[in-house]
Amino acid sequence: MQSTSHAFPDNARAAVKNPQLKKALNHVKAGFIDKRAKAAAKLPEFEDLRDAARDIKNHTLAHLDLYLEAYEARITEQGGHVHWCGTAAEARDKILEICRAAGAKTVTKGKSMIAEEIALNDHLEANGIEPIETDLGEYIIQLRKEPPSHIIAPAVHLTKDQIEADFRDHHDHLPAERNLEEPAALVAEARGILRERYVQADVGITGANFLIAENGASVIVTNEGNGDLTQTLPKVHIVVASLEKVVPTLEDVSVILRVLARSATGQEFSSYTTFSTGPRRAGDLDGPEEYHVVLLDNGRSGMLGTEYQDALRCIRCGACMNHCPVYHAIGGHAYGWVYPGPIGAVLTPSLIGVEEAGHLPNASSFCGRCEAVCPMRIPLPKMMRHWREREFERHLTPLPLRAGLGVWAFFARRPALYHLFAGLKTRALGALGRRRGRFRKLPLAGGWTAHRDLPAPQGPTFQQLWAERKRDGQGRPAASA
Amino acid sequence: MTDRRAEILGRLRRSLKAVAETPGRGEAVQARIGAKARGPVPARSDLPRREMVTLFVEQAEAVATSVARVAGDGEVPQAVADYLKGQNLPAEVRISPDPALEGLAWSEQPLLKVESGRARLEDATSVTAALAGVAETGTLMLASGPTAPTTLNFLPENHIVVLRASQVVGPYEDAWDRLRAAEGEGQLPRTVNFITGPSRTGDIEQTIQMGAHGPRRLHVILVEDEGQA
Repeated sequence: MQSTSHAFPDNARAAVKNPQLKKALNHVKAGFIDKRAKAAAKLPEFEDLRDAARDIKNHTLAHLDLYLEAYEARITEQGGHVHWCGTAAEARDKILEICRAAGAKTVTKGKSMIAEEIALNDHLEANGIEPIETDLGEYIIQLRKEPPSHIIAPAVHLTKDQIEADFRDHHDHLPAERNLEEPAALVAEARGILRERYVQADVGITGANFLIAENGASVIVTNEGNGDLTQTLPKVHIVVASLEKVVPTLEDVSVILRVLARSATGQEFSSYTTFSTGPRRAGDLDGPEEYHVVLLDNGRSGMLGTEYQDALRCIRCGACMNHCPVYHAIGGHAYGWVYPGPIGAVLTPSLIGVEEAGHLPNASSFCGRCEAVCPMRIPLPKMMRHWREREFERHLTPLPLRAGLGVWAFFARRPALYHLFAGLKTRALGALGRRRGRFRKLPLAGGWTAHRDLPAPQGPTFQQLWAERKRDGQGRPAASA
Repeated sequence: MTDRRAEILGRLRRSLKAVAETPGRGEAVQARIGAKARGPVPARSDLPRREMVTLFVEQAEAVATSVARVAGDGEVPQAVADYLKGQNLPAEVRISPDPALEGLAWSEQPLLKVESGRARLEDATSVTAALAGVAETGTLMLASGPTAPTTLNFLPENHIVVLRASQVVGPYEDAWDRLRAAEGEGQLPRTVNFITGPSRTGDIEQTIQMGAHGPRRLHVILVEDEGQA
């Protein structure tokens, strides 16, 4: 999809002023955090499983070429086809080619972030093939012609009332006076409309949560069952997956599945975890006649062996964004590309370049909650810091900030000078702000005072206090004793 | 496209500073796939048989699967008829073309219409057989095959699954061992479904709604075939 990541500051400013969005995002804070904490607390082995999950992916990434070859060999043996694609354009062309060969008019789709990454729907539409999203959230945003704003809850930025209005607009063959007050009525309406479409579709496209080298299975995890209808009813099933989805064995995938749903929705297990290995076999009464796997690189091979390799462990559970104060404030669209939140802040510069997405790693207070909840223990803050360093090295940081950092660095390397000036500044500010106790405006500090007051310093600096306590033999400030 | 394959694998190897033949790498991969080593397995399902079955039932009910326990195969048709009546559903079922299900005493339920085959759009209720029940999370394992069409698990609004107590295992790994024993090393049926409760969605304001696309109701008929301890 077309990125607007370069406009992140403007996107974010608009997002925080959107009351509808604010209302919808409250559900993220209220729902996901509590449910995940409860699910984690209920399983004594949860932390051990996180360690094991991390180790499985590290091992796999270190042998990624070989596991992919093993996976491909099994698929081929079982009558499926693997298509290696270097770029988004190659992947969408390959998918179009398969759809055309099948004479496809309509294509049903399960939820797939890779399909978003390669902007598949636009490409199919432009070539006369109608893609139909079947995941309820994806269906809603397809009606609205919007990208997803969350990797597991694509319509999380919308309120029930907005969805009701969209259904009334688009489902105009249904009686206008029908009652859509309850969410259940909306779910039932979408169910009814999509059932026919599942059966009519010529091709079904799904993503994959995992690919298993041992037996060539692709795994999808859903709660709705839409992915299963999508891959079982049409005569062609296309799996679109990125390279790093492969894991060695069923035992390995079992470990990761135990942390996936708990981290994502707080469920112990999602309703449907489906392993599919190829086309219909002799005697089968249903299932696809053709089975294709489109394997996408799109920049991932370049992340391997760098300080960003750990991000390839990601299993797209969404826990990092569910726990991110920045995401809570601005939602997913402001990030401007496919992957929002902390993982998006790390992945987006890796996949589309730091020139386009350099703002994203700055959208963090480094509170560390993302890393604390990541089931794969991805050091997200550390990686955002790496991107900030790259941004600085490449002179992409704005000039005033670079100049300010230069001045600060000059003093930071000279402790005596630093303490002298810090002491003077503190005293001066303390004296100036004595009456009000705070500053509404301050030269060179507009970035701070635009949003909040700066408290006036009171008394000596921390370093002075520290030295004083040490002299008194206490070793640490009395306040924390 | 063959070029793409070589190109991508080449890029991966350059990034990993390895070649395919780097000593030890291929062996490490083969050993890992061969060993099928288990990670940390939650202790919660490490229980004597009867308690394991009880855990399965509790976990299944916790995710809105309903469970009826019957003493033997002979009682299954009655249990199906009772369930349909209790839920006010039409007395019609589509069963999988599985001799174990087709051979049940359906004729004792003259009011119940029983047909076998793959699911049709108009089918309200299906009856299928499970391969295993995983006590850890109340999960059913179903596998596709000529006698087990996958559409029966997803298309009808109501899904009834016949599970034997002797098929209940503790963790997922034990279910995989059973499947490997049946299918052979490294082989899976075309499709394996882990099913944990009815279809649901949280896509509208994070409120959980049942019956998004798959079955609204999931009912397990648990056949007690292990004797009373």
